[in-house]
Amino acid sequence: MSRRSFRKFKNGVFLALSLIATLAGLACLAAILWTLISHGLAGMSWHLFSQMTPPPGSRGGLLNALFGSTVMTVLGILIGSPIGVLAGTYLAEYGHNSRLSVLVRFINDVLLSAPSIIVGLFIYEVVVVRMGHFSAISGALSLAVLAIPVTLRTTEDMLNLVPIGMKDSSAALGAYPWRTIISVLYPAARSGIVTGLLLAIARISGETAPLLFTALNNQFWSTNLDAPMANLPVVIFQFALSPYKDWQDLAWAGALIITATILILSVSARALLALLQSKGGSAR
Amino acid sequence: MAIIDPRHAAKQLIYERVFRAATLTAAALVLVILGGVGISLARGSWPALSHFGFSFVTREIWNPVTDEFGALAAIYGTVVTSIIAMAIAVPAGFGIALFLTELCPPLLKRPIGVAVELLAAVPSIIFGIWGLFVLAPVLQRHVQPWLIEYAGAIPGVGKLFMGPPYGIGVLTAGFVLAIMVLPFIAATMRDVFDTVPPMLKESGYGLGATTWEVIWHVVVPHSRVGIVGGVMLGLGRALGETMAVTFVIGNAHRISSSLLAPGTTISSSIANEFTEAVGDLYTSSLIALGLLLFVITFSVIAAAQAMLRRIERRASLAL
Repeated sequence: MSRRSFRKFKNGVFLALSLIATLAGLACLAAILWTLISHGLAGMSWHLFSQMTPPPGSRGGLLNALFGSTVMTVLGILIGSPIGVLAGTYLAEYGHNSRLSVLVRFINDVLLSAPSIIVGLFIYEVVVVRMGHFSAISGALSLAVLAIPVTLRTTEDMLNLVPIGMKDSSAALGAYPWRTIISVLYPAARSGIVTGLLLAIARISGETAPLLFTALNNQFWSTNLDAPMANLPVVIFQFALSPYKDWQDLAWAGALIITATILILSVSARALLALLQSKGGSAR
Repeated sequence: MAIIDPRHAAKQLIYERVFRAATLTAAALVLVILGGVGISLARGSWPALSHFGFSFVTREIWNPVTDEFGALAAIYGTVVTSIIAMAIAVPAGFGIALFLTELCPPLLKRPIGVAVELLAAVPSIIFGIWGLFVLAPVLQRHVQPWLIEYAGAIPGVGKLFMGPPYGIGVLTAGFVLAIMVLPFIAATMRDVFDTVPPMLKESGYGLGATTWEVIWHVVVPHSRVGIVGGVMLGLGRALGETMAVTFVIGNAHRISSSLLAPGTTISSSIANEFTEAVGDLYTSSLIALGLLLFVITFSVIAAAQAMLRRIERRASLAL
C-alpha cells in the first residue's frame, strides 16, 4: 500500500470508529428509554396516583412517594435556590475577580460534581444526629445543598450576559447597585435564572443517595416534615431490589415517571436557553 | 422637588449594605458547606480511625459481627470499577466529541448534542435498575461466557476472567459506570475541541493533512490540558457514583482476582449498609469510608477544574 493510500485508510478507520462510538452512545440512551417505556407502561395505572405503596403481595400505588418527592424537591429548591441566586449575584456584580470570588467559583464547580452521597452523610451528621431521627426536612436540606451549585453557576453566567449598557444607564439615573440588580438585571436575566431553577429541579428530583439516610422512607402517607417521608427514588431502590413482582412493577412505573419528568425539565430548560441566546444575539 | 432627599439617600445606602451583605453571606455559605462537609466527616469518622489507625485503609476484613473494619476491599472496588469505566468511556467519549466537532452534518449537530446531554441527565438510579435487569442478564448470557472461554485462557490476564458468570459484579459495574460518565467526557471534550482556533486546523488541511491527521497532530496537542481535565472530571464522577453501582456490584467485601466476581465500592458500601449499621464503630467506619471518598474525589475534581480553567483562560486570550 502506498503511503498516501495508507494515510487515507487510517483516516477512514478512525473516522469510522468515531461514528461507531457515537452510534453506541445513542444506542445506550435508546436502550434505556426503551426499557423504561416498555416495563414502565405495563405498570402504569390510575392506582399509581391514588393509592399508597403496598405491603408485598398486594396491589397499590405510589401516591405517598410522589407526594413526598414533590414536597422535598420543592422545599429543597425553596431553601437552596435563593442562596444560589444571591451567591451568583455576588460573584457577578460585587466580587468580580476578587480572591474570595475566585475561590467560591472554584469550590462551587467542585461541589457541582461532588458525589451526592457525601452530602447525605454531611446532613446526617449535622442534622439527623442532632435531631435524633430521620426526617423529611433533613432530606430537603440535603437536596438544597445539591441545588445551590447549579443555581449559582447559571445565575452568574446569566447576569454576565446582560448588556453592560443597561447597568450603566441605571447607575447614571442614580440607582444604587442593589436597585439596579433587582429592578434591571434580574428582570433582564429572568428566563436564564428560571433555566437554572429547572436544571436544579431536574438534578435533585432524581437523587437517591442523599435521601437514603436523611429522609429514609415511609410506607404510609405522612405530611409531617419532622418524620421520615416516602420518596420516589428510595421507593424505586427498595422495590426494584425486592423479590416481589408487584413491587418491581411499581419500581419500573416510578422509574418511568421520574425519568420522564427529568427529561422534560432538561429539554425545556435547554429550549429556553436556546431561545434566550437567539434573542440576545439579535438584540446586540 | 428636591433632587436628592438626604433621608432617602441614607435609606438607599442601608438597603445597599444589607443586600450586599446578603449576597456575600450566600457566597461565603458555599465555602462553609465545603468546610462543614470536611469537618463533620472527620468528626464522624474519628472513632473508627483512632481505633484502627492506619490499618483501616490497608485491611481487607469487613466484619460487623466482630466489629473489625478495613477499607481495602472498598477502595480496590472503587478504583477497579473506575479504571474499567475510564478504559471504555475515554476512547468512546473522544470519538463522540470528534464526531460532533469534525464530522457531523450541521443539521444533526444539535439533536445529537442534546441526546448526549439527556443521557447525562438520566438519574443514576435508572442506570442501576437498567443495569441490573437488562445489562447484567445480557452480559451473563452472551459476553461473560465468551470472556471466560477465550480471555480466561490467556496466561496472565486470564486470572481476571475466571469463575462463574454471575452477571452482576465488578465488570458489570464498570460497564454501567462507563455509560454514565460517557456523556460528561464527551461534552467536555467537545467544548474543549471547539476552543481550537479554526485557523490552526485550516493550516493543517492546507498542508494536505487528512481529517484524522489534523485531529491527532493539531487539535489534540492544542487541547491536551482540557482533554485531561475532562477525563478527570469523568473520573471524579465514576469514583463517587453510588446508586448505579449499588445495584450491580453484588456488595461483597472481598478482593477477588476475577473481574466477574461480586465486589463493593466505597459509595455502594455506604448506601447499602448505613441505615442498617448497628454500633458506633460500624457507623463510624462507614463515615470514614465517606471521608476517604471525599478526599479522593475532591482532589481529582479540583485538579480537573484547575486544568479546564487553564484552557478556558488560554482560549479567551487567543480570541
